[in-house]
Amino acid sequence: MVLFENVSMTYPGGEARAINDMTFAIEDGEFVFLVGPSGSGKTSIIKLITGEVTADSGTLNVNGFDLRHIRRRKLPLMRRTIGVIFQDFRLIEDMTVYDNVAFAMHIVGATNRQIHQRVPYVLELVGLSGREKRYPREVSGGEQQRVAVARAIVNSPQLLIADEPTGNLDPAMSLELMLLMDRINDNEMGTTVLVVTHEKELVNSFSKRVIAIEDGRVISDGMDGYYSYEIK
Amino acid sequence: MKSSKIGYLIKEGLKSIVTHGFMSFASVTIIVACLVIMGSFTLIAVNIDAMLDDLEADNVMVAYVEETFPEEEARALQPQIEYLANVRSCEFETRAEAYEEFVSQHEGQSAFQSLPVEVLRDRYIIYLEDISMMEQTEEQVRQIVGIARVRADTKVAQGFMNVRNVVSAVSLILVVVLVVVSVFIMSNTVKLATVSRKDEIAIMKMVGASNWFIRFPFVVEGLVLGLFGGLLAFLLEWAVYDIMTGQILSLLGNLLTVIPFASISAVVLLVYLGVGLVVGAFGSSIAIRNYLQV
Repeated sequence: MVLFENVSMTYPGGEARAINDMTFAIEDGEFVFLVGPSGSGKTSIIKLITGEVTADSGTLNVNGFDLRHIRRRKLPLMRRTIGVIFQDFRLIEDMTVYDNVAFAMHIVGATNRQIHQRVPYVLELVGLSGREKRYPREVSGGEQQRVAVARAIVNSPQLLIADEPTGNLDPAMSLELMLLMDRINDNEMGTTVLVVTHEKELVNSFSKRVIAIEDGRVISDGMDGYYSYEIK
Repeated sequence: MKSSKIGYLIKEGLKSIVTHGFMSFASVTIIVACLVIMGSFTLIAVNIDAMLDDLEADNVMVAYVEETFPEEEARALQPQIEYLANVRSCEFETRAEAYEEFVSQHEGQSAFQSLPVEVLRDRYIIYLEDISMMEQTEEQVRQIVGIARVRADTKVAQGFMNVRNVVSAVSLILVVVLVVVSVFIMSNTVKLATVSRKDEIAIMKMVGASNWFIRFPFVVEGLVLGLFGGLLAFLLEWAVYDIMTGQILSLLGNLLTVIPFASISAVVLLVYLGVGLVVGAFGSSIAIRNYLQV
């Protein structure tokens, strides 16, 4: 569960608040789109949820961790409850597809046996069977993004965050990726999914909850599955 | 901690040496260059020090016994002289022995051949522990009853002290400057190596890796590169030392004595491996510290 309650945040040296008295909650098992124009605060919300930055005021809880008062050494434990997917994939270039997924399991202390069982299963789930030994540069953009999805879900996180995940993909691949995340949320694992995106068409093609933000504030939060405001 | 996890991290550190081949090569080259330059200057200083030790050992005092003392009484003074703190050893020389030596030194000069033995005195040749204390020791020997006069080349001793001080100061300054320059170059090389892995570290943090999980392979990598650099530097230093000392000895022959590398090789190897280890492990550990604060 993600809970923002009157959260405000200003970047060090910044004048304006990046997040301004923001309140919303995402329950376990929900699929939520977070939309808004550039500079509206979407990335700041992700940074707050992943513990990269700290809120100045308010209450911020993620998967049972109080992120306003969490100790630095506890951050890795909190991050292991989250899977993150980025627009630029962020794969380790020197690792094969298999190793990119497996190292996330090494981090949580999984045994080699568990890793050998789990990684092929997850790669199959995202449609990458047979690509295990390839390096990121040897597979397509869509496949690289699916490696990132596999890495994000391999430890069965409670929350999956996707930051503009379709930004580098063509419309067909984008739809395919969104369907995969829907499947992860709906059928396979029941993982909570938060997708940050600009893509109106994509949002409108799924009947999901949409939180719209602007200038660091929530301007609409609807269950009608519609990108219900216009970017200025 | 599970051994499989440690094994994985060690494997990742070793793999990284190969996958980041160019930076590994650069790091080892810098470590070797810095160690050889610093080591060479230190070895030059050590050799000069040893040469000064040899020369100082030849710098002796001569104490002349009273003319009225028969040989037996003159010999009886030896324990008193040897008892003095700064005296390493002393040799008694009778007037007859001194005369023979004198004559042999002035062979062919008839004026010296007819001198009576009595013009010379029984004497002690005194070897010192520390020639910087020559004046004090000279005074102490002079106080001994039966010693008529002491000849000590305090000016020569002072000259040695001055040379040693200058050599020590110059070596110290050079080594300090080289250490500072080496540390600067090494830390920048390590920083450069880690900047290229900034993204990799950020990904690991995002996936939930703890700081030590990220740091461990870097430290393994640094340790191995540092050890390898230390070993290479040692072998190169040996070769350079042998070539240089060979050239110097062929030019100056018996005028100089140099310390054989074999007699100091164990110490040099230990120091080089130690410095390599410390620079490698701490360098990589410290260099990634900034990237761990995410």
